[in-house]
Amino acid sequence: MIISVASGKGGTGKTTVAVALALSADEDVQLIDCDVEEPNVHILLRPKIDEERPVYSLVPAILEDRCNLCGKCVDLCQYNALFLSPEKVLFYPELCHSCGLCAIACPEEAITEEKRQIGVVRRGSAQKVDVVYGELNVGEPMAAPLIREVKKEVDREKTVIVDAPPGASCPVVESVYGSDFALLVTEPTPFGLHDLKIAVEVLRTLKIPLGVVVNRAGIGDGKVYEYCGEEGIPIMLEIPFSKEIAELYSRGVPFVTRMEGWREKFRNLLEKIRRCSPA
Amino acid sequence: MRQITILSGKGGTGKTTLTASFAALAKRLVVADCDVDAPDLHMLLKPTVMRKQEFRGSKVAVMDRSKCIKCGICEERCRFNAINELEIDPILCEGCGVCAYVCPAEAITLNEKVCGYAYVSTIRYGFMSHARLNPGEENSGKLVTLVRHNARQIAQKEKVELILNDGPPGIGCPVIASVTGVDLGVVVVEPTLSGIHDMERALKMLNHFQINPLVCINKYDLNMENTKKIEEFCMDNGIEVAGRISFDPIVTEAMVMGKTVLEYSPNSAVSREIREGWSRILNALGSVDHV
Ligand code: SF4
Ligand code: SF4
Ligand code: SF4
Ligand code: SF4
Repeated sequence: MIISVASGKGGTGKTTVAVALALSADEDVQLIDCDVEEPNVHILLRPKIDEERPVYSLVPAILEDRCNLCGKCVDLCQYNALFLSPEKVLFYPELCHSCGLCAIACPEEAITEEKRQIGVVRRGSAQKVDVVYGELNVGEPMAAPLIREVKKEVDREKTVIVDAPPGASCPVVESVYGSDFALLVTEPTPFGLHDLKIAVEVLRTLKIPLGVVVNRAGIGDGKVYEYCGEEGIPIMLEIPFSKEIAELYSRGVPFVTRMEGWREKFRNLLEKIRRCSPA
Repeated sequence: MRQITILSGKGGTGKTTLTASFAALAKRLVVADCDVDAPDLHMLLKPTVMRKQEFRGSKVAVMDRSKCIKCGICEERCRFNAINELEIDPILCEGCGVCAYVCPAEAITLNEKVCGYAYVSTIRYGFMSHARLNPGEENSGKLVTLVRHNARQIAQKEKVELILNDGPPGIGCPVIASVTGVDLGVVVVEPTLSGIHDMERALKMLNHFQINPLVCINKYDLNMENTKKIEEFCMDNGIEVAGRISFDPIVTEAMVMGKTVLEYSPNSAVSREIREGWSRILNALGSVDHV
């Protein structure tokens, strides 16, 4: 089964939870870091990398001697990635979605497509956990194509844990799509609640069953609990606010490996998830 | 008009709290909340909306079954795997138009959709430009561009000299849209290993777009060793550390009360540190060549 760990906002402890789940499971686990803009799983797990492959996207290359400046490609491109100047068609790669329409449509066959590297996918292992993560090249705007490549590594034979990027837009949808269950990590504060509501909306449109992990429990107020109660969202686990956890995290040490009793709690969490999800 | 963007690899509450406090210190400015996926700033700045506008950033393909001859070309050509068994999944569809173009039966059209809303509001310290992307939508880069456009417009109209952008998390499209053309990028970092990793990527991105960087260390006393590492890194790269802000639960208390730390506890160490940070940011802004 595939379990996504998500949150409306970064900094809530999403990666901590994803890593803790992976390290606590008895069975073989695959941990997939889809936060390709800021991958952090490998910092906590330090996997030995077995394989690294570049990921490319296709972008148009315009053959100027064939182009008669008819402007068709410019009109058709939905993302304003092409612009017609008096001498030639200008291309803005940071806006291109690699859809291929311009190349299909050019009546002069003046557009071919070429590969442009947008990042890498790395695969490795740390203890019993298979780790997959992507890293987007700096300055590269489109995360979704790289996320799709990262997700191709999903091994359905295993328990798969997906660390989704923060937020509620397209990269999040791309990451959690196809999951059997989503764990939303939040803090019991007004910001936490507000971001949680947004994340819940996204997951509900995707019809993925969900539950909440309250991190840094004890700070803030009780509104997150009230909200979950009203919406019928189960609170699957609470992790108290603790300087020790924060300090371990700051050094890149997963807290479940150092603090007694937590592996057990995360194993129970996995059990609960299995019971809650239809698959 | 000068523009500053506050960034941090991972979003989180530190950055928004800081931005709100800086806004309180700046007294008269336009604040632009560029975190359109998960905007939080309005909870502290309590804007009064003056203008609301629809944002139509993308399209979605719609198939007319009565015209479809089931040739399957659309499915084959869609690069986003949004068509499965001749069914268009509106969530996966990126509205590129390939299917509509290749369909021999003209059975597919592209429809515009409302992807969110943009607002221009008044706040205690001037004005605010903000937005809300509908959940699961893409194109937040375009919406960020709209938010910044609205911010510049109101700044010009009301003769406001400073725009403060609260940036989205990450280093991708929305972040790039939030930093292009600004005078200064302030990277807020927490002293954790992943925080440092994210900061380095954010600084690389600023460098890539030739934007002057500053660093601000939030909760610096959480791990002094890492704080030192950050300071050394900045020193080696000629980047100024504008502020060090300590960890204090009153930051969360203030948030629960819907206030900036400066209002909630003006005499606390955190408030003092924020004021110091802000004055260094303004100094740095003064020494950046204005273009
Ligand atoms: S469609 Fe082809 S010929 Fe026409 S402007 Fe584009 S590249 Fe040139
Ligand atoms: S591939 Fe698609 S997005 Fe890119 S330039 Fe061509 S039409 Fe535009
Ligand atoms: S518009 Fe593009 S993404 Fe959407 S279904 Fe058609 S080909 Fe696929
Ligand atoms: S290309 Fe047009 S006619 Fe062919 S399957 Fe798709 S919608 Fe139907």
